Amino acid sequence: MARQVRDPEMPMLTLADLGVLRGVEVTRDAGGGGGEVVVASITPTYTGCPAMATMRDDLVHRLKDAGFERVEVRVVLDPPWSSDWISERGRAALRDAGLSPPGPAPRRTGPVLLTLGPKRAAPRCPRCGSADTRLTSEFGATACKALYRCTGCLEPFEHVKEI
Amino acid sequence: MSDEPRSEPRSGHSSEHSSEHGSIFDGLIEGGDSAQWAFGTDFEDPLAGVDTTVPEGVDPAALAAYCLMLGDDALVLSQRLSEWCSRAPDLEEDIALANMALDLLGQARLLLARAAAADPGVVPALPDGSPVPAEDALAFFRDDRDFRNVRLCEVPNGDFAHVVVRLLLFSAARLALFERLRASRDQVLAAVAGKGVKEVAYHRDWAGRWFLTLARGTEESHRRLLAALDALWPLRAELVTAHPLERVLADAGVGVDPSSLAGEVDAVLDQVLAVSGVDRPERAPLAGVAGRTGRHGLHTEALSRLLTEMQVVARAHPMGRW
Repeated sequence: MARQVRDPEMPMLTLADLGVLRGVEVTRDAGGGGGEVVVASITPTYTGCPAMATMRDDLVHRLKDAGFERVEVRVVLDPPWSSDWISERGRAALRDAGLSPPGPAPRRTGPVLLTLGPKRAAPRCPRCGSADTRLTSEFGATACKALYRCTGCLEPFEHVKEI
Repeated sequence: MSDEPRSEPRSGHSSEHSSEHGSIFDGLIEGGDSAQWAFGTDFEDPLAGVDTTVPEGVDPAALAAYCLMLGDDALVLSQRLSEWCSRAPDLEEDIALANMALDLLGQARLLLARAAAADPGVVPALPDGSPVPAEDALAFFRDDRDFRNVRLCEVPNGDFAHVVVRLLLFSAARLALFERLRASRDQVLAAVAGKGVKEVAYHRDWAGRWFLTLARGTEESHRRLLAALDALWPLRAELVTAHPLERVLADAGVGVDPSSLAGEVDAVLDQVLAVSGVDRPERAPLAGVAGRTGRHGLHTEALSRLLTEMQVVARAHPMGRW
């Protein structure tokens, strides 16, 4: 049930596809009553993600509509969200919606290196498939996306960043 | 009359509903259902479900003060970056600055909430029944001398070169700090740092690239970059100078001694300066008052003005629900 809730900013993805939904547990209320409590755990993609409250509300609505009277949503900060957690189905849904899915997240073992040139191989244009694309900005309409432009079909497109 | 904006009675309203509906906006927020907004406007505890136990052997008041230091850096710089909204040279950079402000605001929320959870004594007292959560009380109801941010974060904005230099100096030091803080014995600080590393790495790259671009750009962009660097350089030292409390928490395995980061921060800055063909400025650090600086609560006049603007609405409505 919780897996069907969609991301408020990228509605082509469910929270599960995005890797934001970390788990759902049904437990017996240890306190009074002894009823069932559903505990859903979510993690923010970025620390300041303003959609967290909406995700929480959507989960509560969906689970209450399904008949669970007591629903708790917990925030998990550790381990931090990684774009690697976006499912294959999620990546296909992003492509279908004209967004470029992220490549593998950078592996960080030593100190974070300063990057003054292009960060990585440019993503392919999700519309025409051209590999000839240019970064417009590392910061897009939402914290998790960068802006690119295809030099083949000239269309701008959004790319979900690797983190 | 109540201070609470939504419950203000509307005089002269003769509708039969006037007695039960104080304001035409009441229906919008009744029951805490925020689904009709673009984003939920309800307060939420950003640490809901996170273990906020203070690590063994750590003074809760010291941990709270340390969280305020890091949180105030993020909050005040976020406010300065937000002032750039609609003023950047082009739309992409406007969005980039707003994104970075949002990242810092998210970090500030967690750090202020962590400070309050560690030691509720740091949270300013509000009237009984006030719905203002602890993180907001800390942001909007503390006076300038209670803020522990470094002064680099508070000085007024200048031109575009100024924001580039400020972000480069700040994010170079903050990234080095977060990389170490990931090993903190405090679970919340470790988690904030773990997420923050990924975010601030983007900030530092953005600032480094623009530094290079402006340095190697036109004569005018080069001139402006040097002027910004010259103006901000004296504020750099505070980022890598330890307050006694920072040393105590570093020794306890909870915080990071910023003076231990000076070498690696310098190495990054030297790398940017070298590729940009810019000499390292020779400006002495901005003095404090009897050695006391931002971390001690001694600030420039600019912080008072910034806080006045940031806090005025919240302070006028301590019972307000937003």
